[in-house]
Amino acid sequence: MSEIDYYQIMGIDEDASIDSIKKAYRRLARKYHPDVSKDEDAEEKFKQLSAAYDVLKNKEKRAEYDHIRKHGAPGGSWDGAQNRGDQSNYHHGNFENAQGANDFFESIFGRQRREGAGYSYSMDGDDVHYRLAVTLEESYQGSRRLISFESVERDNSGVATKKVQKINVTIPKGVINGQQLRLKGKGNPGISGGRPGDLFLEIELEAHPLFHADQRDITLILPVAPWELVLGESVDVPTLGDPKKLKIPPNSKSGQKLRLKGEGLPGKSPGDLYVVLQVTMPHPANESDRQLFEQMKRQMAFNPREHIRVK
Amino acid sequence: MEISQSSDRPDIIDQSTRYSFNQFCELCRMEPEVVILLVEEGVIIAEGRQPATWTFSFQMVKRLKRAYRLQRDLELNISGVALSVELLEEIDQLRDELARLRSRLETLA
Repeated sequence: MSEIDYYQIMGIDEDASIDSIKKAYRRLARKYHPDVSKDEDAEEKFKQLSAAYDVLKNKEKRAEYDHIRKHGAPGGSWDGAQNRGDQSNYHHGNFENAQGANDFFESIFGRQRREGAGYSYSMDGDDVHYRLAVTLEESYQGSRRLISFESVERDNSGVATKKVQKINVTIPKGVINGQQLRLKGKGNPGISGGRPGDLFLEIELEAHPLFHADQRDITLILPVAPWELVLGESVDVPTLGDPKKLKIPPNSKSGQKLRLKGEGLPGKSPGDLYVVLQVTMPHPANESDRQLFEQMKRQMAFNPREHIRVK
Repeated sequence: MEISQSSDRPDIIDQSTRYSFNQFCELCRMEPEVVILLVEEGVIIAEGRQPATWTFSFQMVKRLKRAYRLQRDLELNISGVALSVELLEEIDQLRDELARLRSRLETLA
């Protein structure tokens, strides 16, 4: 037997009882379920686990698998694909794949399956979910982007083929983290006249070297000289659009926040740009610069450690 | 929420988006009776008093799909599913909050 060993995947012995197979499945399924685990390979591990469980829980399939595992397959290897195929589109929310215990909840969802597949051959396509990384500039200006994604097409017998789709997506102005873009009918195609699923894109704003977004508000850390804080100054600040003039009032403090109204991400109620003043120490370049510091030291009664009660 | 006709003009879905009972069933591809049962069992939350005036947030679409997957794969009963989806959503929120605070901290450092 080449490739993947189902017993190994499930961490059980070859002579494991059906009871311990079930227990092992439940334990590992809770660990690797893509809705529960944040591991990157959780989905892959869960698919393997499902494929293994699908075979080992079934007496006939297990006997067949055991035989092939010991003696090798008569014309090629065990075709694990036939068992994995149905699970391959795991994250795309297919309501048609009901299986498992016959309890109350199952009977609720199970009806969907019969209505979807049992009485007629047509079946709706699944929704497809992806994350879409968007820069702050793209959100500020709005943008169009050609994206490619994988969809799964099924023929009448349910065999799945993966297909790369390309689509031009308009990224509306002012999108923020966590919003979803829904493209109706752009998900997986339906089977025999079933409706196609939808494509959902979850917006994920990319980190920006200067700006930090919180909903529609943007924060910028602005380095300032000590005298700009004390004396006041009008300075240029970058925004997501054109640079703007900002008046630093006299006697400002480091850490103080100034607001440029409406300069955040656009929307029904546009966000603001918050400018946080951050004092930056000048480095004396020569002796006369140094003397300025000497003079400050002599003249100013300043103890920066006053609040921690030391000199 | 308007349904957009143009092929690449997406609907924007956010926290303020609400779906009517019919829209919700359509979006989840669920029979109305099933949705009513799941609301009664507390797996999903409907705003409003009766199905005719119910509205649903997009979060409930996600919750319903997740509930379905968890039930299918982990062989949970209905209260187990209801508890799991609630806890998982809370973990998601805490993770987001943590990520937000961490990145905030980095900008200030």
